[in-house]
Amino acid sequence: MNAKQRDRVATVVIDLIVAAVVGILLFLLVYILSAGLPHVSWQFLTGASDPMSGAGGIGVQLFNSFYLLVLTMLISLPISLGAGIYLAEYAKDNWRTSLIRSAIEVLSSLPSVVVGLFGFLLFVVKFKMGFSVISGAIALTFFNLPLLTRNIEESLSAVSRSQREAGLSLGLSKWKTEIGIILPVALPGIVTGVVLSAGRVFGEAAALIYTAGQSAPVTNFSDWNPMDPASPLNPLRPAETLAVHIWKINTEGMASNAAQLSAAASAILILAVLLFNLGARLLGNFLYRRVTASK
Amino acid sequence: MLKQYSFEETAVQSFDAQTTLALKTEDLQVFYGANHAMHDANLGFPKNQITALIGASGSGKSTYLRSLNRMNDGIATVTGKIWYHGVNINEPNVNIYEIRKHIGMVFQRPNPFSKSIRENIVYALKANGVKSKADLDERVEKSLRGAALWDEVKDTLDKSALSLSGGQQQRLCIARSIAMAPDVLLLDEPCSALDPISTVKVEETLLELQKQYTIIIVTHNMQQAARVSSQCAFFHLGHVMEYTPTGTMFSNPQIPVTQDYIAGSFG
Repeated sequence: MNAKQRDRVATVVIDLIVAAVVGILLFLLVYILSAGLPHVSWQFLTGASDPMSGAGGIGVQLFNSFYLLVLTMLISLPISLGAGIYLAEYAKDNWRTSLIRSAIEVLSSLPSVVVGLFGFLLFVVKFKMGFSVISGAIALTFFNLPLLTRNIEESLSAVSRSQREAGLSLGLSKWKTEIGIILPVALPGIVTGVVLSAGRVFGEAAALIYTAGQSAPVTNFSDWNPMDPASPLNPLRPAETLAVHIWKINTEGMASNAAQLSAAASAILILAVLLFNLGARLLGNFLYRRVTASK
Repeated sequence: MLKQYSFEETAVQSFDAQTTLALKTEDLQVFYGANHAMHDANLGFPKNQITALIGASGSGKSTYLRSLNRMNDGIATVTGKIWYHGVNINEPNVNIYEIRKHIGMVFQRPNPFSKSIRENIVYALKANGVKSKADLDERVEKSLRGAALWDEVKDTLDKSALSLSGGQQQRLCIARSIAMAPDVLLLDEPCSALDPISTVKVEETLLELQKQYTIIIVTHNMQQAARVSSQCAFFHLGHVMEYTPTGTMFSNPQIPVTQDYIAGSFG
């Protein structure tokens, strides 16, 4: 076999592998959507679920998923941004830094059930926060932090040293250089990290069962005062998310149409993730264009 | 095999009291860990002149240049004195951010920010408290004219700086530096990544700029040193071997190592 033939064989093999990956993904997508979408109706999307049978609509759960995501991001993004900037820019290469890095690695490999039980014992029971959105958001922050921190650190480190030197040589402080010059360039990479971790938040069930709870009390969508118990924005109310709801329908659902309900909810969950990804990318691109003046 | 030259035999000029020096180093040493990269550099830089630092790769000329505005902080240990307006700026308590506004720097590879052309110039100005739009616009035009770039970009100031050619980017970096109204401009092989035509433009810009600024330029290119500089220092393996007016350096080098370098025997 000469170099040319070898090259051709390698190309074919690689093409096949890529086709397999894309094929599996497409198959899953088509299967879930085609099984679920026929059962989706406006009433299903917006209606309340029946706590007894676990059946009915998913309106509250859908909102809960998004709300939990937003809260989680509000908590985890600033923390991981700070940690990422520290690791990329300020940390010296010594035993302390490698200790921090291994701590982050360990954190990212914690099983979600363990995080859930830990959150349950500490926030729900000890801090008396109860099964609530905020307990769930804090627990999910534990998942997000390692992923986001590492992602932000890598995105920042990927920006050329010469950009930092340019900033410093103009008399800008290290901090100003980092925030005003390096961060905007690293933005697309950071958005990718946010999208990836958002997918995890949407899909997480185990950790939320013990923290955000499995019930979705009826909420009044005309009441936007976060202090009111019935307000959807109240961070102290229990909040079953879509993923938890799917798990519940399948394990404890008593409704005769449980299979259809869970298929429909799964389809909506996937669409919600896709929608969020698309939105985050558009927003990221828009911001990137704004700060870098590129087309 | 590189010939051994004595580091004792040097020919370094010093200036009399009549010459105003913009910057002067006394016994400057640079260490990268245990590696002694620069030995006893005693150089004075006359105001409003271009001084070229030449020498082979690894001769320490860039290392020396980067020490002058404290860009080696955190990278290397620099000892000795750097005199600027009667102040030794190589002291730990000196405000390095303030120093760098007075001693600007342009790097080997053009490194404009990934922002618009205008924003490249005004970003640092804004960070330093220049607020008014009129002021900023004026500084943009003045510095771009100073770097001979205004006519090429005046209609596209809000386009990305990365859309410019390499030579334009480097002149933008010069404009960005002079917008801070420095006294001294340090250039670290500013033309090594540029084509000949862009190089000529940058050199013309420098010759124009020396009326207002003191310029110190590191270059690999002896012809470039001969074309633009009035003073020339030759570095060899971390030592300043010879420092004379450029004409003397190229027509009548004083010591064997410079003679061999100018003749092209090494480097």
